[in-house]
Amino acid sequence: MSAFLDFGSDAVLLAGLTGDNWRLKDYVARGGYESLKKILSERIAPEQILAEIKLSVLRGRGGAGFPTGMKWGFMPRGAPEKYVICNADEGEPGTFKDRDILRFNPHAVIEGMVIAAYVMGCARGYNYIHGEIWEVYERCEEAVDEARAAGFIGSRILGSDFSFELFNHHGFGAYICGEETALLESIEGKKGQSRYKPPFPANVGLYGKPTTVNNVETFACVPLIVKNGGQWFLELGRPNAGGTKIFSVSGDVERPGNYELRMGAPFAKLLEMAGGVRDGRKLKAVIPGGSSSPVVPGAVMMETDLDYDSIAKAGSMMGSGAVIVMDETRCMVRCLARLSEFYHDESCGQCTPCREGTGWLSRMMHRIEHGEGRPGDIEALDRIAHDIMGRTICAMGDAAAMPVRSFIKHFRDEFEYHIEHRRCQVADYV
Amino acid sequence: MPLSTTASQKIDKAIAKYPAGRQQSAVMAALTIVQEERGWLSPEALREVADYLEMSPVAVYEVASFYSMYHLKPVGRYVLTLCTNLPCALQGAGEAGRYLQETLKIGWNETTQDNMFTLLQGECMGACQEAPVLLANHQRMCCKITPPQIDTLLAQLRVEAAQEERHG
Repeated sequence: MSAFLDFGSDAVLLAGLTGDNWRLKDYVARGGYESLKKILSERIAPEQILAEIKLSVLRGRGGAGFPTGMKWGFMPRGAPEKYVICNADEGEPGTFKDRDILRFNPHAVIEGMVIAAYVMGCARGYNYIHGEIWEVYERCEEAVDEARAAGFIGSRILGSDFSFELFNHHGFGAYICGEETALLESIEGKKGQSRYKPPFPANVGLYGKPTTVNNVETFACVPLIVKNGGQWFLELGRPNAGGTKIFSVSGDVERPGNYELRMGAPFAKLLEMAGGVRDGRKLKAVIPGGSSSPVVPGAVMMETDLDYDSIAKAGSMMGSGAVIVMDETRCMVRCLARLSEFYHDESCGQCTPCREGTGWLSRMMHRIEHGEGRPGDIEALDRIAHDIMGRTICAMGDAAAMPVRSFIKHFRDEFEYHIEHRRCQVADYV
Repeated sequence: MPLSTTASQKIDKAIAKYPAGRQQSAVMAALTIVQEERGWLSPEALREVADYLEMSPVAVYEVASFYSMYHLKPVGRYVLTLCTNLPCALQGAGEAGRYLQETLKIGWNETTQDNMFTLLQGECMGACQEAPVLLANHQRMCCKITPPQIDTLLAQLRVEAAQEERHG
């Protein structure tokens, strides 16, 4: 048997995984599908499971951090056609946890989805998988086939009167489809442009029917909560954020990778697990929650714990848990220029402030980076970013604006130097 | 050129994933299947998919032009997409990108003269722990890509192409 992959000693979601033991028989050997069996054999009432989920204070792991139990509670009772959707369109730069969950432990997500469907009374579900991780999509196809053959999905699951069908749907290169309403449009066979909310998907979702969309990691937590109880899960974390969290660490560290820690663990511990800053250099800055979250100076981050409130206090957000580390040799102008290019590239074009604003930001950043910045550019960047925020249908506008404002706030001197001296202040090895 | 039997069988399987009358949901799968077979999506291919799914051609075009991994113009036999987003850039994508351009003697969005390779810059592929990441023909993920690995990959793809040619 191959060695366990090391995701840290706090790991519960990623514990016992070797990279090869993803199949149904392996998952069952680890105690998988026991939660579902228990629910169906003991006919546990959906309300009772929902109460445990609420007690656990499981919050959405895709980025918004919305309480999962509350979200499930929004689904209307009794509607004949309802959907449960897994958002595996993981494209937020720096985020790569869902890929590992799905390729190493796909059945945990399937079991979580089946339980969610049971609680909310959904007969059909889809797992929307990022198009770029094609091999993971193929693995999920195999895993769903295995689960269907074993009677964990399909008609009259495990002999009960509960039926649920589950299918995988792949994306094909659109960051915006990670936004839940754009994702629904995409499943309907349209371009992925976000819908106005309200109505929320719980009322008008896929094909106009009540729908709940949760992240991969969120679903993976569900069987564990059912098995060990909401209180157990809550106590793994902080009072208003239960459980563990998988952090994807990338950038200037010795060992980029996924590390699972209890909510509220110190950032310094995570950095240590990732082997520290590469080549013994000094930590300059950290983007703690995916490229859309505001950048935080390294010194501040070293004093910060990894939970929603602590990261908010440090001026940023937990987001997807994607931690991008930048060392002292990195040019912040260059880093932001690349992120701005990304948002311009990915803007779906529906809302003018985002469509035009991301283009302005990207072109101005390009200009400043290449020594062609003009006086007043920094103020213009900040103003454009400010004017995008809160003026678009979906959160992508804010996602494009937040990095800009925070990079300027914390590293203004580098931007000023670039404009004044027409070159970079720091030696750069990118 | 009508859809091949293999393609229509695969598309039927995709249609079966959605409720009756919702075959439009299979359009992304259908376009992916046809592109895999033909390399790119010609206006004619889009019309065939539209007919097959009972969609208007413009609705299919809207989808094909929205998602970045569909090609509406001919591309090389192998499309190489290198992620150059921030996490990959911090982990060596700049060097990999320069090496690819020098070795293939083409720039971004260009195709080699022998029509073997098209080089694209990609956005985050969600595998940043193994950055820099390169996708070959959108399906084969090559991780921690360095100049020596690029040499190996290019040689391997050329061998594969030659073998496919021999076997028709």
